[in-house]
Amino acid sequence: MADLTTDFLGIKSPNPFWLASAPPTDKEYNVRRAFEAGWGGVVWKTLGSEGPPVVNVNGPRYGAIYGADRRLLGLNNIELITDRDLFTNLEEIKRVKADYPDRAVIVSLMVPCEEEAWKAILPLVEDTGADGIELNFGCPHGMSERGMGAAVGQVPEYIEMVTRWCKQYYSKPVIVKLTPNITDVRKPAAAAHRGGADAVSLINTINSITSVNLDTMSPEPSIDGKGTHGGYCGPAVKPIAMSMVSEIARAQDTAGMPISGIGGITTWRDAAEFMALGCGNVQVCTAAMTYGFKIVQEMISGLSQWMDEKGYTDTSEFVGMAVPNTTDWQYLNLNYIAKAKIDEDLCISCGRCYAACEDTSHQAIAMSDDRVFSVIDEECVACNLCVNVCPVENCITMEQMPVGAIDPRTDRVVEPEYANWTTHPNNPSATAAE
Amino acid sequence: MPADMLAQGIKAGRISADQYEANFADLHAPLDDHEALVAADRCYFCYDAPCVTACPTDIDIPLFIRQIATGTSDAAAKTILSQNIMGGMCARVCPTETLCEEVCVREVAEGKPVLIGQLQRYATDGLMAKGVHPFERAGSTGKRVAVVGAGPAGLACAHRLAMQGHDVVVMDARAKAGGLNEFGIAAYKSTDDFAAREVDWLLQIGGIEIKPGVALGSDVSLAELQDDYDAVFLGMGLGGVNGLGVEGDDKNGIADAVDFIADLRQASDLSSVPVGRDVVVIGGGMTAVDAAVQAKLLGALNVTLVYRRSRVRMNASVYEQDLAASKGVRIITNASPKGVHGNGAVREVEFEYTDDDLKPTGQTVRIAADQVFRAIGQSLVGEGLPTLEGRKIKVSASGATSVKGVWAGGDCASGGDDLTVTAVAEGRDAAMDIHAHLMGGAS
Ligand SMILES: Cc1cc2nc3c(=O)[nH]c(=O)nc-3n(C[C@H](O)[C@H](O)[C@H](O)COP(=O)(O)OP(=O)(O)OC[C@H]3O[C@@H](n4cnc5c(N)ncnc54)[C@H](O)[C@@H]3O)c2cc1C
Ligand SMILES: Cc1cc2nc3c(=O)[nH]c(=O)nc-3n(C[C@H](O)[C@H](O)[C@H](O)COP(=O)(O)O)c2cc1C
Ligand code: SF4
Repeated sequence: MADLTTDFLGIKSPNPFWLASAPPTDKEYNVRRAFEAGWGGVVWKTLGSEGPPVVNVNGPRYGAIYGADRRLLGLNNIELITDRDLFTNLEEIKRVKADYPDRAVIVSLMVPCEEEAWKAILPLVEDTGADGIELNFGCPHGMSERGMGAAVGQVPEYIEMVTRWCKQYYSKPVIVKLTPNITDVRKPAAAAHRGGADAVSLINTINSITSVNLDTMSPEPSIDGKGTHGGYCGPAVKPIAMSMVSEIARAQDTAGMPISGIGGITTWRDAAEFMALGCGNVQVCTAAMTYGFKIVQEMISGLSQWMDEKGYTDTSEFVGMAVPNTTDWQYLNLNYIAKAKIDEDLCISCGRCYAACEDTSHQAIAMSDDRVFSVIDEECVACNLCVNVCPVENCITMEQMPVGAIDPRTDRVVEPEYANWTTHPNNPSATAAE
Repeated sequence: MPADMLAQGIKAGRISADQYEANFADLHAPLDDHEALVAADRCYFCYDAPCVTACPTDIDIPLFIRQIATGTSDAAAKTILSQNIMGGMCARVCPTETLCEEVCVREVAEGKPVLIGQLQRYATDGLMAKGVHPFERAGSTGKRVAVVGAGPAGLACAHRLAMQGHDVVVMDARAKAGGLNEFGIAAYKSTDDFAAREVDWLLQIGGIEIKPGVALGSDVSLAELQDDYDAVFLGMGLGGVNGLGVEGDDKNGIADAVDFIADLRQASDLSSVPVGRDVVVIGGGMTAVDAAVQAKLLGALNVTLVYRRSRVRMNASVYEQDLAASKGVRIITNASPKGVHGNGAVREVEFEYTDDDLKPTGQTVRIAADQVFRAIGQSLVGEGLPTLEGRKIKVSASGATSVKGVWAGGDCASGGDDLTVTAVAEGRDAAMDIHAHLMGGAS
């Protein structure tokens, strides 16, 4: 079985699966149980400054989006940072770290954007023996109205400034957690880098309203008839998170900067995908909140089975492997030509591919009187929509056309050379090919 | 109707080759990849799941189903096999309708359980097809353990002991290992020689020597085993069969259901297995149902299963009863055998109707029969065994008997249902207790 031991910023953990800063890591009781269940590390629920803690609403804080069979696909929340006393948290962190020296314990922080506030809290955190800190510049609700969280995360200059203070007043690794509620995530990442951050983590939650109660005309979750936007997370946000991760991994300013991947990670495969896009490890919140701490067992067994099958002995061997293959649209090979192919033996004749292609795409699927579906190569542009709507795995596949064959749609020969948009004759600003 | 089916007496070859093949095909066709994903997707990954509690071997069912759902069915197989080394056979033969699937929250809520047994088969078959044995032996301890009986209890015990680094010798009176997996389980539950393949696969762990044709009692004594080995595990099942205790019990055409099934299981060609035209099976358990169903599948024209108490008291589950009915077996309840009639060979069996307390009503019925199977229970045979409790060897929760250094488990031991999965659990747990004793853990 592959060894999943992970070294992230010099912080060792028995596996790359950490719990993200959120309710699962809000107190000693939870974190101890998480470690017993096998989690490699935790980012403690975000701490605020000394003084009376924040208060949460006393009604529902979550809203949800479901798939078939009421499977939870997206969760939204209006919870704030920890509502427990700072010193209680710090004592608990110290105890837990002492008892679990082999697990990663990171302290998430959010204090006002003033040097004094950071100067005050950092020595207290240093004293817990925790392995590092994560700066929560992402919380999209409540805290941002007070000039913290996403309000800081949306201003690169603030990020750089605060990160610098943290590097100055704290000796261990500093991770900057980024908000996705921004147009270009590379800017805050670069600012964190300039400020001396050891890593970035992303994503925090996305501004969202999950539903509206049509009787009370109030967004859900509804508190006494009123609702507010919350932070969206869970499987639904994974594609957004991965895209942002890939942008940071590819950007010149931040390439090679360690990333902790967060957002919708629910299975070992999700984790492996984030890691392939450049994440040294991953953090999980919603999946644990949906299924309990025990799911980490599947993540551990799944990742190690996959690593064994691929011959990887260390997680670092595949981290970032997909980054070089992530490119801009303009560099995609326009001479790569494929056609959809329907496996008649697997086809259950539901006709979804037909509806999709006939009504909304290229009219490239034929349907016989006895419901046999086949692809019309003369029309198929290989858009993949039929594959995506087919309920049967591998029933419709994309088959690459061999070089030299003639594409019946265009009557052109499939060329062997790679050729992209930058050199395409239709491109007004094309640079002539050699 | 083919003439062969109407022919009286006990005859082979009543149906066509195609019919034999269709009748004895897998009871449940294995799930394909898509079906497995759809089935796995229904699992809620319950907390402290009731299915796990209901499984005698405590397989982590939600975890293995999630492993299937996430595309790692080999990991799922390891999850299963680490608790139950015969997870493959159990996936086929467990009465899941009274175990894990009975308590599945989706059975309770919707009357449709997650297909736990079939998913278990999907995972274990996949790993076994690759020829992978996922466990390794610990370093040798130099200790030797004798196991009597190569059934599920004995083999599960042997495997776990071998894993812990002990050397194990398994003796079995029969010529072939497997116990009732090989000789008892209905043919349509263990197709394609699965029992034998599973034994071969299990033995890949190493450190286990099978000695067929060695019987405790006639070939070797318990005292000898105690002298020659560091510990002894008894897993010899129930070798005896209870008699009907009525006049005519010895007429031609009357046989033990377990022998009929064993012959059927060992037949290389089912068309060589003779069966009556009018078959009567007496009993109400799994053995009775299996004998009745398989007699029907072999081409018997009329098969009647007669049980002395009411339907609800039958040991065979409702699912098994329905299976029998669907194959055309007629079930008569509240009728006790009174006599067997016929001149040399059986012609009729006479029953007297009884009430639920087995009080005779004076009303009788005669059922035509040219073949009769006794299936009213098996019993422990052997002398000089450790102290009994009732009719089985008395054991502690971890399988220890009244004799120091001797453990027992499976059908021959007290406690637990007479099921393959229970035998596996008891063999495994006894092995862990033996290991603890051998390594000087417990006293
Ligand atoms: C017809 C039938 C159908 C069944 N169907 C099912 C089913 O569908 N599902 C289910 O869960 N359970 C079923 N069972 C029950 C299940 O088969 C048993 O509970 C299980 O096999 C018990 O395992 P065991 O190892 O204790 O004994 P066995 O499987 O009986 O194995 C005992 C072994 O010990 C050997 N032996 C006996 N005496 C000696 C001796 N003196 N010396 C050496 N070796 C000896 C025997 O040859 C045998 O190989 C069925 C039983 C029968 C009879
Ligand atoms: C109820 C709830 C509370 C959260 N609180 C915090 C927090 O205090 N600090 C923080 O950095 N992130 C917080 N998050 C965001 C998560 O750490 C994580 O970034 C996000 O949920 C995406 O991951 P997921 O899809 O695995 O849930 C919270 C999320 C949820 C659902
Ligand atoms: S999960 Fe349910 S029971 Fe628990 S605190 Fe929230 S609302 Fe209450």
